[in-house]
Amino acid sequence: MLAGCVSRPRLFDMDASSDIMAYRKVATRCSIPAMSGGESTTSARPAAADGAADVVLDVRDLRMRYGTKDVLEGVTFTATRGEVVALLGPNGAGKTTTIEILEGFRARSAGEVSVLGVDPAHADEDWRARVGFVLQSWRDHARWRVREVLDYLSRFYAPYSTPGRTRPWPTDDLLALVGLTDHAHQMISTLSGGQRRRLDVAIGIVGLPELIFLDEPTAGFDPQARRDFHELVHRLADFESATILLTTHDLAEAEKLADRILILADGRIIADGSPDELAQQMATATEVRWTAGGERHVHAVHDEDATRFVRRLLASDEEVTDLEVRRGTLEDTYLALVHRIETGQHEQKETVR
Amino acid sequence: MTTTDTARTPGVQGVALRAGLYRGAIETRMALTNPLEAIGFVGVPVIMAVVLLFMRGHTVPGTDFSLGAMVLPGLIGMAVAFGGLTAPAERLATEREDGTLLRAKATPHGMTAYMVGKIVYVLLTTAVSMVVLLLPALLVWDDLRLGEPRSWLLLVMVFVLGMVATTPMGLALGALFKSTMQAGLLTLMSMGVIVVSGIFYPITALPGWLQVVGQALPFYWLGLGARSALLPPEMVAVEIGESWRTVEMFAVLGAWAVLGLVLAPILLRRMARRESGSAVAERRQKFLSRGY
Repeated sequence: MLAGCVSRPRLFDMDASSDIMAYRKVATRCSIPAMSGGESTTSARPAAADGAADVVLDVRDLRMRYGTKDVLEGVTFTATRGEVVALLGPNGAGKTTTIEILEGFRARSAGEVSVLGVDPAHADEDWRARVGFVLQSWRDHARWRVREVLDYLSRFYAPYSTPGRTRPWPTDDLLALVGLTDHAHQMISTLSGGQRRRLDVAIGIVGLPELIFLDEPTAGFDPQARRDFHELVHRLADFESATILLTTHDLAEAEKLADRILILADGRIIADGSPDELAQQMATATEVRWTAGGERHVHAVHDEDATRFVRRLLASDEEVTDLEVRRGTLEDTYLALVHRIETGQHEQKETVR
Repeated sequence: MTTTDTARTPGVQGVALRAGLYRGAIETRMALTNPLEAIGFVGVPVIMAVVLLFMRGHTVPGTDFSLGAMVLPGLIGMAVAFGGLTAPAERLATEREDGTLLRAKATPHGMTAYMVGKIVYVLLTTAVSMVVLLLPALLVWDDLRLGEPRSWLLLVMVFVLGMVATTPMGLALGALFKSTMQAGLLTLMSMGVIVVSGIFYPITALPGWLQVVGQALPFYWLGLGARSALLPPEMVAVEIGESWRTVEMFAVLGAWAVLGLVLAPILLRRMARRESGSAVAERRQKFLSRGY
């Protein structure tokens, strides 16, 4: 099932001199829904032997209530080491609330949450050293120089070095990694929006985190910066075995980046699976368009295999020209799911996996 | 990877302390090299020097004492009050709004280092503004008791106690503010407080209830302390009770210090607990919508 194989493009010319780039791993991620049962593939990663220890995020029946309003009504999901998970959902669905609870920035109303084996509500500074936060920056440290702020923040992580993980990330390597070497001595207030965002990413990973929270990381990126950033995310997941939880409104981005996609709507996870699983198993309509007798036809195939429909169509009508078959994209799946929830058809809620 | 790998790492506090010192040094350097901020340090002394030059020949009524020389020590006291109380409160409110505090919270022991850095910054910049104010004092050298070790000892004590009395309180107030607007109000109010603190004219010239208000706040006592250090003994005549009230000064400033040291940790912890990405985003939104 080749359609289920996602070969990730990787950028190896980013900085060939940095030691982290000295080795390369060619990983082709195949998620084959029929065989894996929806569990995303972790076999490509090292140290996946002990399954229990590899669960980095474990959220069970998480609930959040503000006053009388239930924002989260039982959110459940897990993420394993090295997994890239995208959290999608309409505005106000509770994405930020969920992330902030996991970050330990917000107290939850109910449910069990374990992040790197610790309840973030009672997390200490040692736990913080293992977690990276890519925050939406604005004007902080505006008069500091790029290098200064990275040097300053990296100091805190040296005591947290372990045999397997040398902390912090050397400032020079980090600057090269996010492409800010030429701006190292620039005042932060003079950086462009995209450069500033790349600095946010550098700050988020300076402590070589085992888990990284990315809140709308590519907002304001140009296409090149976006591509570079995607490659960086893959690198962090594959080479540094970092688990990454990101939110985004860009569905194409989620499709490219994520091993697994969670869709949060109406306070619940309404879908959980790889991008392909979602597109295939959510049975969103495949659109078939053709021209016959001078007229353009569009048919949405809902309940059957589109191939069979096309075969029947071609057999029954010899006039058919300009045939076009368009499978539902993640965007279609997403919109269909969210629409279903918003129109109140809770009983039809389906969860992949 | 389990928590025990990194837990209880020795030296973490030391690292945070050193990082805080580094942070304080960087912030101080920026304050002194940034034109806008430097005006705050250099501007007041320059104005003071100009005033002293123009007021040469003018004396305190009924005496032959220079009017300018009478005001200068009070201003040195105000430098301590503004540097220790108003400045950190405003900085804290600003840096909560712009997300600096959230960064500190996201970093292991980052809050500790942030606070250490802020205290270093407050101490250094206040010391600088005091020293710079002493420069125009050279113009009225003969009127002030600059040659006596006793004066310098008292000045240093006013500085040290003044810092302990004001800085924790300033940080506690900064933790309470919801926006930089409110912090700006504190600056305005502080300027109002100068009026009732006996800086430009004796507090004894004010109605009784205003004297009470003035004496409840550290501003008056810092000004009085600096005056007791630098003014000749006969100038005590215009003070309350015709006394420098050094013991009372230490008692009141000491009480403010205790109050600040009790409140600051509580309020700062509360502030840190509430800091989050959405809180910063919300403040940012408010800031952008009001447009300044």
